[in-house]
Order: sequence, then C-alpha cells, then structure tokens
Amino acid sequence: MTASLTVFGDALEFVVDERRLILHKTWEHLLLSGAAIAIALVIALPIGLWLGHKHRGSFLAVNVANLGRALPSLAVIAVGFVFLGVGFWSVALALVVLAIPPILTNAYVAVDGVQAEAVEAARGMGMTGRQIVTRVELPLALPLIFAGIRTATVFVVATATIAAIAGGGGLGDIIVNQAGYGLEGVVGAAICVSVLALLADGAVGLLQRALTPPGLRIEARAYEADLTTAPVRELTVPNVDGHRS
Amino acid sequence: MIPPGWPLAAQGGPVIPDFGKGSDCVVENRLFCPDWVRDNWSGTLQPALVEHVKLTLIAVAVGFALSFAAALATHRFRLFEKPMVAFAAIVYTIPSLALFQLLVPVTGLTVATVEVALVGYTLLILYRNILEGLRSVPPDVLEAARGMGLTRRQTLLRIELPLAVPATMAGLRVAVVSTIALATVAALVIPQGLGYPIFLALHEAFKTEILVAAALAVGLALVADALLVVAERALTPWNRTRRAT
Repeated sequence: MTASLTVFGDALEFVVDERRLILHKTWEHLLLSGAAIAIALVIALPIGLWLGHKHRGSFLAVNVANLGRALPSLAVIAVGFVFLGVGFWSVALALVVLAIPPILTNAYVAVDGVQAEAVEAARGMGMTGRQIVTRVELPLALPLIFAGIRTATVFVVATATIAAIAGGGGLGDIIVNQAGYGLEGVVGAAICVSVLALLADGAVGLLQRALTPPGLRIEARAYEADLTTAPVRELTVPNVDGHRS
Repeated sequence: MIPPGWPLAAQGGPVIPDFGKGSDCVVENRLFCPDWVRDNWSGTLQPALVEHVKLTLIAVAVGFALSFAAALATHRFRLFEKPMVAFAAIVYTIPSLALFQLLVPVTGLTVATVEVALVGYTLLILYRNILEGLRSVPPDVLEAARGMGLTRRQTLLRIELPLAVPATMAGLRVAVVSTIALATVAALVIPQGLGYPIFLALHEAFKTEILVAAALAVGLALVADALLVVAERALTPWNRTRRAT
C-alpha cells in the first residue's frame, strides 16, 4: 500500500515537473475532442431535431443509440486506422462516429417528447413551423438535448485517450508509453485525463444550466436525463408504437 | 507475454511490416484475408473471444451483485442513495484507459485491475436501474399486497422484484454491452480479450486482424444484447400478453 502511495506521489511530481509536456498534450487532447464534438454536433443535431419535429424515424433514432453503445471505441479507432491511416483526422473521424449516437438520439427524443399541447398552442397563436421549432420545441427540449451533448463530450474526452494508439496525440501518448515516461508519467497522465473528463462534464453542465430557460430548470444530473444510462421508464416513453428500445 | 514496445502503433516512425510466411494476401497486407482468419481462428481469435466473454461475465456478475445489494439496502433504508450515485457517477466519468492505469500501482498488471475497473463502470447503470425498478411499483399495488396480508419480505419477493425485472434488464443490457466495449481496452493492462489482437495488429498495421477482432467485439455485443432481450421476454410473461392484445 505504501508502495502504491509512493507511485501516486511520484506521479504528481511528474505532472508538476513536466508541466510543459502535460499542457502541450492536454491542448492536443482538447483540440482533438473539440474538433470531434463540433463535427458530431453539426451532423447529429439537425437530423435529430428534424426527425423529432416531424415525429418520424423513432426506429432509426433508437437503433442508432443501441448500435452506438455496442461499438467498442478501441475497435472504431482501429478501423479508422485501417481505412484512413495514422493521424489526427483518422482519429477525429472515429470519435465523431462515437459521439453522434447520444447527440442524435437525445435530440430526437427531446423534441419528439415536447408536449403536443404546447405545439398546438403555438400554432394557435399563429406561429410558423420555423418559429415553433426555434421558440417552443427547442427551448423545451434543451435540457435533454444537452444531456446528450454532455454524454458525448465526456465520452469523447475519455476516448481521445485511446487515440494515442492510432497516432492521434493527446494525453494518451503518455499513458501508453510507459517505456518513455515511466510508471509515474503514466499514472500522472491518467490523473490529468480523469480530471479533464470531470471538468468537461462540469463545464457542459454549467453551459446547460446557463442556456436552459429559468422556467425549466430541474435538479437533474445529466446521467438522470440521458437515455444511454437512463432507467427504463424514460427509455420506453419515446416508443409510442409499443416495442421496447 | 506482452511484446516489448507495444502497443505504440504509431510512435517511433513508420513501422515496416513483416508478416513472415503466409499467403500473398497476408504478405501484401490486403484489407481482408480469409485464409489468415482460418489459420489463426483456433490459435488467436477464439481464445481472445472466450477470454473476452469471461472478463465480461465476471465484471457484470460482480457488478450486479454489488448493485443489487446496494439497491435493496437503499430501497429499505433510503440512506446512501446520494453518495452512492455520486461515487458511481465519478467512476463512470473517469476514462477507462486512465482508470486501468490508476489501478496498476495498487493491484498490478493483473486480471483484478481490469475487473475492478469494469465492475466500477457497471455500478451507476445497474444500481440506478434496479432502484428505479423497485420504486416503479405503483402504490395501489403495494396497498393491495398489504391488504392481502403479505409480509414485507413476501411483498419484496413476490411483488416488487418481479415488477422490477424490466428496469433491471434494461440496465443489464446497457451494462453488458458497454462492458464488452470497455473490455477491449483491458488489453492495455493484460494480454487478454479481443483488444489484445487489436493492439498487436495496430502495432504491425495488419488490417485483417484489426477488422476481424473489431467485428468480433461488435458482434459479441449485439448477440449479448439480443440474448438479454429474449431473457427479458421470458422473465416477464405479463408484458408479452399485454403487448399481444
């Protein structure tokens, strides 16, 4: 036990001594994660919102989530490596594939689940389809949409660590290179990645709070609202047609 | 044993592949070589698959036992729900690669390291779903049970647990599928599971092995998910009849 404590002490020392290396790798890590999440948002949000607005494609939306869960991140990164080779974009694209399912499914479920009465009332007030989307459905759906973005963000920051194996850079470079940095370097980088993931989780959570209309603020953590870990009740709600997701 | 220098596929300059003897397909490293799969199925792929299933089963079984006990205790005493969820959520947020490495100083390069981490990841999903299932029993059903003279224990065994099955199974599905995905990363610590051939093949940039091992991991997750759906149907005959009408 004391031996392991020494390792953690050495690891913290490594982080302080090698702070330039750590900062550089953290920057790479954030760049990679940020690029992947941005691309995933651009792809998945419009599709999810549109399908939800039209109340169409529940089968697609739910199965994308199930398939996304079954994809091992290591396998996706390895396959990206096979087809696109080593490098930033190969890994970024693999991360995009992993980030799309939670964002798309949550956006779909969120908009699809907006109360029909609210939409009806908006239509009665003379709102156009576009106004209904931007002024009624989107604000009401925001908490759940953000829960999906939060899951995707934490997932991408975590998985970007594995990216090092396919030459994506980031803090994983240190974690998988024990020969170069020693156990203290590996453990130090592991601590940094864990803190980074928790910070990313908190940051998106704060953003979510700031963007949620005051009338809708609920004391719910992302995990409680998010489909990928949600209890069954929430999982079954969107499937009006009766079969379980 | 772990070969020296692995799994740094992309580090230290270009790797010049040497696939030794083998068919032209293997020597040229084409996308998919059926003959390699045939030759290495019983020696490499099948053992990795079996190890993967074992890693997953142990992790989910232990995780389920812990979560079940904790959920029952919470259901009865309502004491440690918040701390338990907070703890499980933090563990859930820590990237797998980092958690494995953080445990190495404590438990070494052993199966225990991998299992502790994998069990940790199942806790949030299983605990919350089991608890949610126990709580989903409608109050009037509990009232009826009391009116029939059932003791607390009988109520738990005959009413609450059966009614908690759908939520529990939903959690189990997510836990099993995500454990299968996470177990691929375990190969960084121990040379076991489907992640091991993926890591080795990444090191040599050998395409066939990457694709086959990745496909096996995804396939395993989908098959396990399907089996659990069948099991859930079998365990909840009342849902089946309701669906039929």
